[in-house]
Amino acid sequence: MKYFPLVWATLWRKKTRTIFTLLSVVVAFLLFGMLETVAHAFAHPSSGITGADKLVTTNKYSITLALPFSDAQQIRSVPGVSEVTWMTWFGGYYQESKNFVFALPIDTDSYFNLHKGEFIVDEGQLQTFRNTRTGALLNSALMKKFGWKIGDKVPLHSTIWTQKSDGSLDWTFDVVGSFSVKDPTQASAQSLTLLFHYELFDEGRSFGKGNVSWFEERVGDPSQASAISNRIDALFANSPNETKTQPANDFQMAFIKQFGDIGFVLRAILGAVFFTLLFLTGNTMMQSVRERTPELAVLKTLGFGDEKVLALVLAESLLLCVMAAFIGLALSFATLPIIKQGLQGLELTPRALVPGMGAAVLLALIVGLPPALRAMRLNIVDALADKR
Amino acid sequence: MFKQFAAVISMSLQTLPQRMGASSVIVIGIAGVVAVLVSVLAMGAGFRHTLADTGRADRVIILRGGSDAELNSNLTRTDVDIISNAPGLAKDAGGRALVSSELVTVVNVPKIDTGTDANVTLRGVGLRVTEVRPELKIVSGRMFRPAVRELIAGSGAAKQFRGLIVGSVLHLRNADWTVTGVFTSNGDVHESELLADVDTVGSSVERNGYSSAVALLTGAAEFTRFKDALTTDPQLKVDVQREPDYYAAQSKQLTKIINVVGKTVAIIMAIGAMFGALNSMYSAVAARGLEIATLRAIGFGALPVLLSVMTEALLLSLLGGIIGASLAWLFFNGHSVSTLGGAFAQVVFQLTVTRTLIVTGIVWACVIGLLGGFFPALRAARLPVAEALRAA
Repeated sequence: MKYFPLVWATLWRKKTRTIFTLLSVVVAFLLFGMLETVAHAFAHPSSGITGADKLVTTNKYSITLALPFSDAQQIRSVPGVSEVTWMTWFGGYYQESKNFVFALPIDTDSYFNLHKGEFIVDEGQLQTFRNTRTGALLNSALMKKFGWKIGDKVPLHSTIWTQKSDGSLDWTFDVVGSFSVKDPTQASAQSLTLLFHYELFDEGRSFGKGNVSWFEERVGDPSQASAISNRIDALFANSPNETKTQPANDFQMAFIKQFGDIGFVLRAILGAVFFTLLFLTGNTMMQSVRERTPELAVLKTLGFGDEKVLALVLAESLLLCVMAAFIGLALSFATLPIIKQGLQGLELTPRALVPGMGAAVLLALIVGLPPALRAMRLNIVDALADKR
Repeated sequence: MFKQFAAVISMSLQTLPQRMGASSVIVIGIAGVVAVLVSVLAMGAGFRHTLADTGRADRVIILRGGSDAELNSNLTRTDVDIISNAPGLAKDAGGRALVSSELVTVVNVPKIDTGTDANVTLRGVGLRVTEVRPELKIVSGRMFRPAVRELIAGSGAAKQFRGLIVGSVLHLRNADWTVTGVFTSNGDVHESELLADVDTVGSSVERNGYSSAVALLTGAAEFTRFKDALTTDPQLKVDVQREPDYYAAQSKQLTKIINVVGKTVAIIMAIGAMFGALNSMYSAVAARGLEIATLRAIGFGALPVLLSVMTEALLLSLLGGIIGASLAWLFFNGHSVSTLGGAFAQVVFQLTVTRTLIVTGIVWACVIGLLGGFFPALRAARLPVAEALRAA
C-alpha cells in the first residue's frame, strides 16, 4: 500500500493518454454491464408467476389451439394439484395496436386462491371486483400509463374475440380497483395486466365458448412438480386435445428461446468489444512502459528487486482497469431504466458487478503482464543507456 | 500548397511501418466497431428482406376487420364466396377466380439447434394455390394431395426445424402427417412455413372456416376497385390489404428494435475506438515531433501538416472499416437463423450484408478516424517549432 502514490503518479505520467485509455475501457465496461444484464434477463425470464409450485398446461401441439374448459375438473382431481384456474388469450389493445394491454379473463375464486398472497390489493376493491360483472382490476402501473382512475369505463379492442351481441371486437370494462405484485422480480412482467371476469367473456364471445387457452395449477409439493405434470398429461393422452404441462418458468423460458439465441448474439458482441479493447489497452501499456525504460532502470538501481518492478507495473495496469471498470459498470446501471423501457416485461437487475470486476482483473493481467515482464527483465546498464 | 501536402503525406506514409503498433490500434479498433455494426444490421436487413420479398402488388390479403394478423382472423365460407365474386380478380382457364382460402395455425416443431419447441406456421391453402402463388416451386418430392394428411415444408423451415425431410412423418394433434415435398418461394416468409390442404387442416384443428383469403388481381391498379367492392358490401366486415403492405407492417417492429440495438451498441463502441484512435494519433504526432518541426522550419505551412495527419488517420480507419465489413460479410452473410416474427410464428431468414450496409460501415469508420485524427492533427500543426527542435 505504501507504493500506491508511486503507482498513482506513474499512471498519470501522461495525462491525456491515460484519460483516453481509461475512457475506452470505461466504454467497454459500460457495454459489458448493459449487455450482461440483458443477457441475464433473457436467460432467466420472469413469467409473472411467482414460485416453483406453479404449472402451466397448454395444448400439446400448439399454444394457439384451445383446450376444453371441462378439463379443469379432471385436473383438479389429480393427486398433488391443490388448485387449478384457466385463462384465455384476449389479444387486447387500447385505441392503437401499439398500446398492448394484457387483458386476462379470469375465474376470480380459483385465480385468487391459486395466487394467494402474491398480490397487494385493497380488500374492498377486490370485493367490488367480485360483485361487478363488467369490472376490471388493473395493475397500478397500467392505470398510471393510461391515466385511468377507478370509475372509468375502459374500452379495449380484441384482435380475436367478437361479441355475440353485435359482432363487435370492442369490449368495455369498468375500472373498479388496482393491484400490484408483491414479488419485485415479477413486477414488470405483470405491469400491463388487466383482470376481468371469465364468465362475462365466455358468455359474451360469439365463438369458442367453453374453450380456454391454458390452465394454471398450483401443486402442494414443488419437488413433485414433474411427476404431477406427467399425471396431468396422461389424463388427456390420446384424446383429441392432448396437453403439455410444464413449470411456469420453463413455459416462459421456452417462449423466450423462440426469439433465438439472444445470449449468444450479445456475448459475441462482447467478445468483439473485449478483443478490440485488449489490443488497444495492451498497446498503450506497452508503449508507456517502453517510454519509462530509464526510470525503471533508476528504480532498479535504487534497489527495487525484479519482482517488485513487475508488481509495480502490474499494479498500474490493475488500477487503471479496475477504476475504469467501476466507472463503466456504474454508468451501465444508470442506463437500466432506459433499457427497461425498450424491453417491456423483462426484469433487469444490476448483476454485472461481480463478473465485470472479474473481467477487469483478467483484462489487467493480460494487458499488464507483457510490459511487466519486460520491465522485470530490464538490464540496468542497457536501460540507463536507453538501449531499447 | 498541394505539393507540400503531397510531400508531407508521402513522408508520413513511408514512416508508417515504424509506428506499426500504434497504427494497428486504429485499424483493429475500428474494424471491431464496423464488424459489430454491420453484423447486427445484417440481421435487421435479412429479416426485412424476407418479409419485404413476400407478396406482390397485384395480390391482396383479406382478413376479418380489426384482426391485425391472420392468426387472429376468422372468415366464413360465405365470406370467401362473396370475395370470390368481387370485381378485378384474375381468373383461371375455367373462369374461376384465383382465390386461395387459407387457414393459419401454429404447431410446435422442435428447432434443430436447441431441440426446444418453436411455433411453426401450418398454413392450409386452397386448391388453386399454385396459380395464386406462381412463385411456389417444389424443389424436392411432390406437392401434397388434398383430403389426405400430407404437407410440404418451406426450404427455410426444413433447415431450421427437426423432421422436415421428404418422407418423414410429423405427429400433429392426434394424427400423422407425411412430408411429401420441400418448396421454395422466392426467399419469402412462406419458406418458413408448412403448407397443406386447407380443409384437411381445418378438420384436424376442428375449425370450420378460414383465417384469410389471398386473391390475385388482374392488375395492381384494380386494388382500389376490389377493395371498395368488399368494404362497402354490408354482408362483409373485412380488411383488404396489398400483400407487400401487410408483410411490411409485420417486419417493422423487429427491424426497428434490431436497428436501435445495433446502432446503440456501435455508437458506444465507436466512442471507445475514437479514444483509441486519439491515443495512437497523439503518439504518432509525438514520435514525429522532430520531423514535423524540421518541415515547419524549412517553410512548410501548418495546413499541409494538419491535413497530412488527418489523412493518415483517415487511411488507417478506412482500412479498419474495410477489414471490419469484410469480416462481417465473410462470417455472417447468408447465415440462416430464425426468430419469432410479428405473427407469433417463426420466421427463418438469412443475415444479409448488403452493399448499403458495407458503405454505412465504412462511412462510420471514416467519421471515427476523422474525429480521432483532428485534435492530434491540430497539435501537430501548432507545434512550437523552436521548442520541438530543441527538445530533440
